[in-house]
Amino acid sequence: MTILDVPASEIVALTLDHVYLAGLPLVIGLLLAIPLGWMALRRAWLYAPVIASTGLLYTIPSLALFILLPGVLGTQILDPLNVVVAMTLYTIALLTRTVADGLSSVPEATRQAATAMGFSTVRRLFQVELPLAVPVIAAGLRVAAVSNVSIVSVAALVGVQQLGILFTDGFNRNAIGPIVVGVVGCLFLALLFDAIILGIARLLTPWQRAVAS
Amino acid sequence: MIGPVVEWLTDPANWEGDRGVISQTLAHLEYSFIALLLAALVAVPLGLYIGHTGRGRVVVVSAAGGFRAIPSLGVLFIAVLLLLPRLSGEAAFEVPSLIVLFILAIPPILSGVYSGVQQVDPSARDAAKGMGMTGRQVLFEVEMPCALPLIFSGMRSAMLQIIATATIAAIVGLGGLGRYLIDGQATQDYAEMASGALLVALLALAVDFVFGLVQRLVVSPGLATNG
Amino acid sequence: MIRLEGVTKRFADGTVAVDDLSVEAPEGKITVLVGPSGCGKTTSLRMINRMIEPTSGRILINGEDALAKKPAQLRRSIGYVIQHAGLFPHRTVLANVTTVPTLLKWDKAKARERGMEVLELVGLGGDFAKRYPGQLSGGQQQRVGVARALAGDPEVMLMDEPFSAVDPVVREGLQDEFLKLQESLGTTIVMVTHDIDEAIKLGDRIAVLREGGQLAQFSSPDDLLAHPADDFVASFVGRDRGYRALSFQHAEVPVHDEEVVRLGERLDSSGGSEGPWRLVVDEESRPQGWVHDSEVHGEVTAQDLQLGGTLAERDGSLRGLLDAALSSPSGRGVVTHEGRLVGTVDPTEVLQVIQAVERPRGDSIRTHDDDLDADQTGRPALRGEGSRAEPEPQAGAESASDESAG
Repeated sequence: MTILDVPASEIVALTLDHVYLAGLPLVIGLLLAIPLGWMALRRAWLYAPVIASTGLLYTIPSLALFILLPGVLGTQILDPLNVVVAMTLYTIALLTRTVADGLSSVPEATRQAATAMGFSTVRRLFQVELPLAVPVIAAGLRVAAVSNVSIVSVAALVGVQQLGILFTDGFNRNAIGPIVVGVVGCLFLALLFDAIILGIARLLTPWQRAVAS
Repeated sequence: MIGPVVEWLTDPANWEGDRGVISQTLAHLEYSFIALLLAALVAVPLGLYIGHTGRGRVVVVSAAGGFRAIPSLGVLFIAVLLLLPRLSGEAAFEVPSLIVLFILAIPPILSGVYSGVQQVDPSARDAAKGMGMTGRQVLFEVEMPCALPLIFSGMRSAMLQIIATATIAAIVGLGGLGRYLIDGQATQDYAEMASGALLVALLALAVDFVFGLVQRLVVSPGLATNG
Repeated sequence: MIRLEGVTKRFADGTVAVDDLSVEAPEGKITVLVGPSGCGKTTSLRMINRMIEPTSGRILINGEDALAKKPAQLRRSIGYVIQHAGLFPHRTVLANVTTVPTLLKWDKAKARERGMEVLELVGLGGDFAKRYPGQLSGGQQQRVGVARALAGDPEVMLMDEPFSAVDPVVREGLQDEFLKLQESLGTTIVMVTHDIDEAIKLGDRIAVLREGGQLAQFSSPDDLLAHPADDFVASFVGRDRGYRALSFQHAEVPVHDEEVVRLGERLDSSGGSEGPWRLVVDEESRPQGWVHDSEVHGEVTAQDLQLGGTLAERDGSLRGLLDAALSSPSGRGVVTHEGRLVGTVDPTEVLQVIQAVERPRGDSIRTHDDDLDADQTGRPALRGEGSRAEPEPQAGAESASDESAG
């Protein structure tokens, strides 16, 4: 079956590629942003340079990064790895600040109570501070997710397979149909990621639901 | 990989002329600033109005979130496919791209202006009104100056978006530094692609830096919240 | 003078925030609106400068109908101080202060001069003018707020919980300074507070409002303490009413000479005529503390001193005298004047005087206080009429400003 002249099987395949290229960096980026954000908070002199350099990363236009990375990594331009690395960098850029903000939103009194009760620094981070920082971090993650889905489509210009290929295909054939399918697909994916992250955040914060009711 | 890139960049032939780096950089900047100005002309008054009166808040909230999800490449292609048949001449390639640049820049600016006005200290607003300022005076003498940090943040965000999308727009014929990325791809000239990419990255960084300087100059020192 | 006549505020959802309020704030005095949450005190205040429009009733400011003017124009002639100061963070302190003069289109140089002047008045002269609000402490910001309200030379000033947002120690200082300022300025002030003690300390007239926006009582502070109109007012005013009312009363109490010993002197073993306790003073007759003759052998040294007990000012209130007597280890209250010993008072005699003093008689609810003036017997010590007295100790605590020797 086809949707607007695009075979459903192709849509599914491209969507899966897109999920991988947008989603994996989210996970890796988050995992790397947590220690970065945490360190930036612990040492006051680190904060400005870390936040500034991650900010700088985000300033680089996506197409430029997709093209420069092969040179740095030694990969082919077509290689999806470039996209994964680039998107991970963008995710780190967005999330480091968010993690720092989330951790600093934890009330000082709570942090000190934990220390006084005998939590080691690391344990306190994972069992007290991060859980409480979930709302803020989740908000930032949602922004990163939506942003990633949209940016990944640009990689079609360097030939990487994902929903963005529908754009270039459609344009080359002078057909709006595939482009629309691609746009709708991206929007749908963005919404999906957003909803999933929101759901996970809700699951991780049962106290918020209890208080609200 | 570095060798060929350095070679390309140090070749004076690549810098001069209509297709040279200088021309393309200027063209890129020209498109970007035009789009930014036009978007600001629409988004700033709108954001001020919504922030000051509180009406139409829904517009801002949904716009900011929704637009980030829209893939700029797809929208560019659609705009060109729809409009190109109806246009002619040189500008035919630029207009669709400029329209897209303009539209995509509105949400960040709108969001920045709105949240900037929103977060103004309610006591300051109340005091201003209580001292005898008219509604307009409160907006321009208190709300807007206090909103400037977030307004600038929105503008900078919009500018980055514009520069990036203008780069991509080379695929639909727009001039600017994006030409090197797209044309280089067509001729498999990695040196050209990478040089172009490097130049675009530097341009983006430079523009953001300049915006930061302007922000320092324009925004009242009393508002430096981390100070 | 500010007069509210039958002012009512009914909101769109039917709630009546202010119900037929009629109150006259006398010229040059501080009138305080006080009451629990939901009593409409802030709403009433904000109707005077039309930040909220009244549903019905008249508001007259110095004889003119406030509702007839344009709101913005009206507000430029009324000083306005709010709880969190509401300073403009993007402007310097001086620029903040000169806001109203600028709105009134004063000459720039004149506005600047006036700005520096009022900043001096509130104790923030010199460098403060160039700073930004973000660099000031809470107390300093409040003072700038007051300066800003005064800069336009208003005859009338509205204050909404002006001292609530600062910590208690700072608050007391601000209140004292404000009273001093008011002495020299004589602005007509209407102030809102939820703190009955602040109302009693600062107000010349107090309007107690009950929930639903109705006036429960309007009278002077001492009348409020002595004759609360009903149970609500009595419980709102709180406990220790009798004791607190003594702050407003002055009367002659016999002061007896006290045998003293100077620091470094020997205590003569015959003992004082008054018992085992002896008052110790320094070379300038300033009380230092008491000593018990069983604990002193030979010369009196600083270590032998028992501190504790407040000092009463010679012309001060009965409350000060009673407290000095009650808190003294020897049972005799130490009375001083300008720091130097005058003598001591006996608690029984103080109580006798208290019993004999005529309390002012008053009616319960008033809107015009003409008949009140005749019955005044006392004023709070800091009001400046009559004698100087020491700052009131609050709720039994001995503040740092009190010397303790007693």
